[in-house]
Amino acid sequence: MADMTAGSLKRAAPVGARFDPIFRILCLSAATMLLAAISGVLVSLLIGGWPAFSKFGLKFFTSTVWNPVTEDYGGAGPIVGTLITATLALLIALPLAFGVAVYLTEFCPRALRRPIGTAVELLAGVPSIVYGMWGLFVLAPLFAKYVELPLMAAAPPGSVWETLFSGVPNGSGLLMASVILAIMILPYIAATMRELFLTVPVKLRESAYGVGCTSLEVVWSVTLPHVRKSAIGAVMLGLGRALGETMAVTFVIGNSHGFPTGLFDGGSTIASTIANEFAEATSDMHTSALLALGFVLFLITFAVLAIARTLLGQRDHA
Amino acid sequence: MAAATRSRATRKFANGLFVAACTVCTGLALIFLVAILVSLVVKGIGGVNLAVFTMSTPAPGSPGGLANAIVGSLMLCACAMVIAVVVGVLAGTWLAEYAAESPYGKLVRFTNDVLLSAPSILIGLFIYQLAVRPLHGFSGFAGALALALLAAPVVTRTTEDVLRLQSRQLRESGVALGAPLWTTIRKIMWRAAGGGIITGGLLAFARISGETAPLLFTSLNNQFFSLDMTKPMANLPTIIFNYALSAYDDWQRLAWVGALLITLAVLGANIVVRALSAEKKRS
Repeated sequence: MADMTAGSLKRAAPVGARFDPIFRILCLSAATMLLAAISGVLVSLLIGGWPAFSKFGLKFFTSTVWNPVTEDYGGAGPIVGTLITATLALLIALPLAFGVAVYLTEFCPRALRRPIGTAVELLAGVPSIVYGMWGLFVLAPLFAKYVELPLMAAAPPGSVWETLFSGVPNGSGLLMASVILAIMILPYIAATMRELFLTVPVKLRESAYGVGCTSLEVVWSVTLPHVRKSAIGAVMLGLGRALGETMAVTFVIGNSHGFPTGLFDGGSTIASTIANEFAEATSDMHTSALLALGFVLFLITFAVLAIARTLLGQRDHA
Repeated sequence: MAAATRSRATRKFANGLFVAACTVCTGLALIFLVAILVSLVVKGIGGVNLAVFTMSTPAPGSPGGLANAIVGSLMLCACAMVIAVVVGVLAGTWLAEYAAESPYGKLVRFTNDVLLSAPSILIGLFIYQLAVRPLHGFSGFAGALALALLAAPVVTRTTEDVLRLQSRQLRESGVALGAPLWTTIRKIMWRAAGGGIITGGLLAFARISGETAPLLFTSLNNQFFSLDMTKPMANLPTIIFNYALSAYDDWQRLAWVGALLITLAVLGANIVVRALSAEKKRS
């Protein structure tokens, strides 16, 4: 008896135990690869863009000249175009997404909740290039006829509106790009917000209804304050998408360099400029200028996404 | 506070407006989806015929199809998915099983979350700098690498999430049998989380199959049929991009057919995911 106890205490290591550390290291290196990838993006863009940064200096951010022939590159046009389209897209998409999220959590009949929720999420799955084609060939002609022309006609001469609504009303331009972007980010924001709204304790909402609040009051004074921080995170996540979106914008923005003067004017974003010119870049400086633009885009989106993720919290909601 | 002073009628009226506005928003979102699908079908379905699947991309004016692009896209996606699933599952396992709360685990998780929504065109630029420029040539392999980098974060995230959902007892049961940790993970945890990991893979596939931007300067394009991953490779998104913006009617028609095919593939994958997860909830 005593022998057996002693024997079982000196049990051999389980079969295959020596692969344990190897497997652990394998997993660790896979995780490290992801970290290396994002640092790699940052470093490679910085190295690639360095010749442009050092040659043009601060002028790269302020000059609107983009001329491959004279080798003079200033990124102000695309940078400003990126910021304008993303911001406008957010302004359009936010109220819509909020409405969709509220409708799905508060008013939608139970039987329709799943199908409509799925449909909205499918909208998020449509590839960016399809949005671009649809925007250019289907939406743009309608947009020119029913939105741009009436707006141009309605703008009082000499007012700020006339400047805003200037440009060629052919359906492509900054505003059209913003609209397409808005349609693209709407489902992302709506889906994240809907998930957030579902985290509000039912008792809290029911007690508000119990004291006689209307739906509007429940949403405004109970649901929203409860998810405030995370809701801003959801919005920032949408903004991050809009900033880096490429193909859809490339189709409809009109692709002209320089500083846009009106909302119907052709413009460019960082991503659309890279998509259009990178494969056919004429010289090393051209490539470098495009990589430098990429670096700027990376910094902007990284900042926005980092804030979004911090606000959304690590995993609790999203 | 203001609500208390307002009359019941105003409050009811405001609420009515609010309900109506929310309904209209949802209606608009649905209209967008329907409008996109309808125009895809209307413009694309007429061009679908056998030649699309059997012939390579034509010169303008001559008959042709999308066979080289379809095969190219499938090969790029398949290669990318193999890389992404290996890296993603291992990384997700590490995050869930080994590094749950460690600072490095948090850093990797944060990085992964950022990578999830990083602009795909920048991933393309990175791969260009990494694999195209040093090797002096665009290649299908570079394209697959770029797509893999877009798909891996999706797999990582879902793998980690489903592994974390598994009960603690499951983990303990493996250890109690005397199995080493890696055997427990492979034979028990991965098996239990299998459905979720497959879902992650499908989501990743849906994400990359329509991606265009990173392929523009990694895989480039190829007018001819080619199975050589070390050469530029035809793929649907790039063909769609080039043909849609061309001046030729027949090229534009092919672009719509390609767009229809891609959308069907992506939405199909999404719907399968939903069906899978719905089944799981029911059982």
